[in-house]
Amino acid sequence: MQQRLRQLTGTAPARLRAAGVVLTVLVLLFGALTAWQVSTRAQAADRMVTTSQPLSQDAAEIYRSLADADTTAASAFLLAGDAPPALRERYERDLATAAELLARAAARTDASSEAQRWVAALNRQLPQYAGLVESARANDRQGLPLGGAYQRYASKQMQGTMLPDAQKLVEAENRRLDQDYSVAADFPWTALGFGLLALGALVWCQVLLLRRTNRVFNPGLLAASAAVLAGVFWLSGGTLSAVLDLEDAHSHGAAPLRVLNKARIEALQSRTAENLDLVSRGGSDSYDKDWQKYSTALAGDQSSDGGRVNGGTLAAAGWNAPKDAQAALEQAAKLFPAWSTRHRKAEESDYTAALQTVVGPNGTETSEAAFNALDEQLGKAAAAELAVFERSAHGVDGGLTGLAVGAGVLALLAAAGVAVGLGRRLAEYR
Amino acid sequence: MVKGESTVRTVRTRALVVAAALAAGLVGAGTSHGVPGVVATAPAAAPQVPAAEPTGDCSEQTPAASPSLNGRKVQEIRARGTLVVGVDQNSYNWGFRNPQSGQLEGFDIELSRAIAKAVLGDPGKITFRTVTTPKRIEAIRNGTVDLVVRTMTINCERRKDIAFSAPYFSSGQRLVVPKSAKAATAAEGLQGKRACAAQQSSSETELKKPGYGTSSVTIVENQLDCLVLMQLGKVDATLTDSTLAAAQAAQDPTVRLGGETIIPAKMGIGLKQEDTDLAALVNQVLLDYRANGGWQAAYDRWLAASMGTSSAPYLP
Repeated sequence: MQQRLRQLTGTAPARLRAAGVVLTVLVLLFGALTAWQVSTRAQAADRMVTTSQPLSQDAAEIYRSLADADTTAASAFLLAGDAPPALRERYERDLATAAELLARAAARTDASSEAQRWVAALNRQLPQYAGLVESARANDRQGLPLGGAYQRYASKQMQGTMLPDAQKLVEAENRRLDQDYSVAADFPWTALGFGLLALGALVWCQVLLLRRTNRVFNPGLLAASAAVLAGVFWLSGGTLSAVLDLEDAHSHGAAPLRVLNKARIEALQSRTAENLDLVSRGGSDSYDKDWQKYSTALAGDQSSDGGRVNGGTLAAAGWNAPKDAQAALEQAAKLFPAWSTRHRKAEESDYTAALQTVVGPNGTETSEAAFNALDEQLGKAAAAELAVFERSAHGVDGGLTGLAVGAGVLALLAAAGVAVGLGRRLAEYR
Repeated sequence: MVKGESTVRTVRTRALVVAAALAAGLVGAGTSHGVPGVVATAPAAAPQVPAAEPTGDCSEQTPAASPSLNGRKVQEIRARGTLVVGVDQNSYNWGFRNPQSGQLEGFDIELSRAIAKAVLGDPGKITFRTVTTPKRIEAIRNGTVDLVVRTMTINCERRKDIAFSAPYFSSGQRLVVPKSAKAATAAEGLQGKRACAAQQSSSETELKKPGYGTSSVTIVENQLDCLVLMQLGKVDATLTDSTLAAAQAAQDPTVRLGGETIIPAKMGIGLKQEDTDLAALVNQVLLDYRANGGWQAAYDRWLAASMGTSSAPYLP
């Protein structure tokens, strides 16, 4: 190797100059690569916190608001004149939330993206849905069964077209979050490799100089080595901590949140089916089948004694969830049997009694009360998981940006060290 | 209970009085032969019911045992203290829940109460249970309900599984069209139009027959869904039971009944085949209901506005 270098460069100063160039290129490459790779990750981490996770959560919230609007509209329809103002307000708030979040999603996604397509579809359908619900109310207030038919038609639009579109929006936004996550949490191996290579070259150069000049220390090269070593440690430590934080945000925040969102939707859909069964006033048994389907998905298969086995989404949502969320989910799981029992009771009674059991405006022993209590617990769990995500992912991008800048500065220092160190030796030949 | 006893006596007395009429008349009331005379007297606005085929609709009632309160089934109901009736809550003016009062109302509901009065002496001793169209027969067979009073058409197919009372209403299939539509006949109302009917109904079968020249046929779960689609401009004409067609017209002043009544049929009360004692009592109530003006009063209250002031075309 020495031989070859000698052949290549001839004289000693030439060799020194060549070594200087190689070392400078190596440390600067390390600096540039670190700055580039780390800032890419910092940007992705920043997007996760400021854009893709909020958009993904917004999409889930759009879905939930729409499903909640449908459930609430059916409840209000059943109670007709007895419906408390709170129910009407909840329905209006749901529609307002959905419209607001759709506008936000439209503003924050670019026009060609897939998400934009579903946003547009939902924007188109939302006023139509609201119109159908109002027709239902107006007809019902006149005492016409046609009102019920409108309510069922509105719900069919919601469950059959709007919610599937909203689901696709959720999936598109989730894909974007996953993409940002995989970029942000990718370890910058190339930068690290160049850091180690530069460090190795510096050490090797110093060993050669030691043999030739018998000077133990070259302060310039030593400083350069220290700068590169610091850069390598900072790079590995900084990115490792960022990756761990993001991994925590993902596996204890975003991932369980997705399962939880699914549970919340299944609870809403079970509730809608229960309401529509009464809206149809015995005109259809498809809503009973819907109840079976959604409640089974939510809480597991029904056993012969009426209890539930296998857990369903409610149990799956607890997996990897933070403690607060798990506690809330356990509460929710304890509340489900009360709901299920009341539902069965309603099924067995005549219409007036069933109506009291399902939506009874003043009762506490109603399905409505059980569902609301369960939904509240699920909401608590969602807030806890969102908090974990924010706590873990927050500041990751700042740390990474600092690292990118720091690595650049360290590389420049190292390059200066190389210039000083080898310049001294070169001067000896003049 | 005293009140109940007195009613029992009334029923018994009546049973004796009309015994002769029963033996001969019940059969007559059940056949279609009584109908043709009324066609001429029907006003132009009212739908005209052509004479049914004398055979094939299975609406003829086999004479049951003479009515009494001592039969097995009637005793069972009396011991229970309430008559369980399967009804619909969505058929406007027939059986529907008034959102204001929360009460079930309509022609079928009044008839059910008349039966409860005869069986238990109190029209209030009644439990209404909603049954879906496809579940009507099952509900009767497994004893979930004692009777089904739910605009139910008597036909041969159903008679294999359940028994029917004497007919209490003559119906058929009618078209519902927008007021502006040309539909002097059912054929004209359907030609080139987007038609709508409820699934598993006689209307669906009829619309699938070739020859109507419909541009499309939409099948929905409930006939009322057709009215929603018609209001939203997605279909042009709906074919359904004439009773339900009238109920649709009653809910939307911009639509009307169009064309003639096709596939004439009769409506009866469904019950279990072995409950012959209950069938006899129900038939007795139907006779009394006609005779004491209850039927006409209920028609005037619920149906006259949408089906015409003359009830003649609809008399069983």
